[in-house]
Amino acid sequence: MSSKKVFVSGDEAVAMGARLARPHVVAAYPITPQTIVVERLSEMVEDGSLEAEFMHVESEHSAMSAAIGASSVGARTFTATSSQGLLYMAEGLHYASGGRFPVVMMNANRSVALPWSIFGDLRDSLSQLDSGWIQVYVEDAQEALDMTLQAFRIAEDQKVLTPFMVNLDGFVLTHTYEEIIVPEQEKVDAFLPAFKTPSKMSMDAPMNMGFSSSPADNMEFKFQQHMAMMDAMPVIEATDQAFGQAFGRYYKGMVDAYLCDDAEVVLVTVGSITGTARVVVNSMRAEGKKVGLLKLRYMRPFPVEQLQDNVRGKAAVGVLDKDISFGMEGTIYTNINSAMARGGLSIPTYNFIAGMGGRNISRDDIRYMFDALMEVADGGASRKQVEFVNMGVTIDE
Amino acid sequence: MNRPKHILHKRPQHIDEYPVGPTFRAGYLPDKNAGWRTFRPVIDQEACVNCMMCYLVCPDGTIYKTDEGLYVDYDFCKGCGVCAHQCHVEAIKMVKEEHDEQ
Repeated sequence: MSSKKVFVSGDEAVAMGARLARPHVVAAYPITPQTIVVERLSEMVEDGSLEAEFMHVESEHSAMSAAIGASSVGARTFTATSSQGLLYMAEGLHYASGGRFPVVMMNANRSVALPWSIFGDLRDSLSQLDSGWIQVYVEDAQEALDMTLQAFRIAEDQKVLTPFMVNLDGFVLTHTYEEIIVPEQEKVDAFLPAFKTPSKMSMDAPMNMGFSSSPADNMEFKFQQHMAMMDAMPVIEATDQAFGQAFGRYYKGMVDAYLCDDAEVVLVTVGSITGTARVVVNSMRAEGKKVGLLKLRYMRPFPVEQLQDNVRGKAAVGVLDKDISFGMEGTIYTNINSAMARGGLSIPTYNFIAGMGGRNISRDDIRYMFDALMEVADGGASRKQVEFVNMGVTIDE
Repeated sequence: MNRPKHILHKRPQHIDEYPVGPTFRAGYLPDKNAGWRTFRPVIDQEACVNCMMCYLVCPDGTIYKTDEGLYVDYDFCKGCGVCAHQCHVEAIKMVKEEHDEQ
């Protein structure tokens, strides 16, 4: 069977990617806007095109618990969630990462209640940055399928053994239809070797699994988790390159820099909004304005050096956050400022909070951000560092 | 009631000697776990009738049997006193621990 082109939604692309990875177990609970992933996978199991155990669970907490159990005995395990469901899993997220169980999960990025909303922003997954999961954010349906495959190979690497969250913007990616290439099963099988757990259960060698540890040992286990996440960085790069060689699509590892080399200012984006921002960069470049775009693909592990290399010497750096840590700033902005400070880079940075709760981010909004950065670069007046963009009402300054 | 032997786990000297995550071959115990006991159960071997009630009720599985009689593993007994409370022949006394004042 050769690769084929299909016209599918982001959710369907994830389900097709998951099927190609041949998971032994799928344990997931439906939630908007992830539901179609679960529906398609259950249909695939039903029609026999996916030979997996589909576990019907009564909640996301149970979905994650079941996934951990399956992964702990060496099963390749997939799950998917969104928003409130991710938060309901929160306890289990730490169990999976602390137990070093390489579960792969799709998360449809969605706002967090209250006010209740089914629409997209990043406040769900960014609130779980410290849960010990690798986090990638994809830009389109093809990248969603491709990263579902890469996720298993990275997570199950013996140096990594860390669970992996593939994030898709709710509705913008999960529910829009695109043409994608579905890779051949044989090529995927060659790219993705079987998962070998280091802690195989057997009667000959009974294991004590998930034990507690006293203060004398606990910190060492946490250090191991940190090192596994740091060691994941070269594995992520190597896996992306191997994927590029096998399938012809290379995503440039942890960050994808677009026209950053000679740029005076750089805007950092995460996920699907990068596509809109690229269009704005093109039109501003046509006007002779030296603007660059940095697509931040991974939030954990965080690409400190790659970020530094792409903003060094710039006049201003902007960060688009579809989230806010109330009382401080956008979470991506915090991470980027820290990475820059560690590199001794004292460049003015500006945080644009936009697109929360599903609000649209238009080309004009992004143009506004670049214009603001260019104004700073040209020696304009100082401006607010954290700014909500495209508010529907006037606010007191 | 074969009492499994505790295999003492040698303390790691390098981080690589730790297992990958908290999963390891069963039977190893890196720590004793009894430091906060206020009273210790002491079995009077003369009074004991070997009914094994204490073995059944001990929440930590610390009662064990030898040819000489029933004993308590003080490395893991927490001093809860359930065994003494349940003993039908009052063969178990709770005796105040005398910890070093440090």
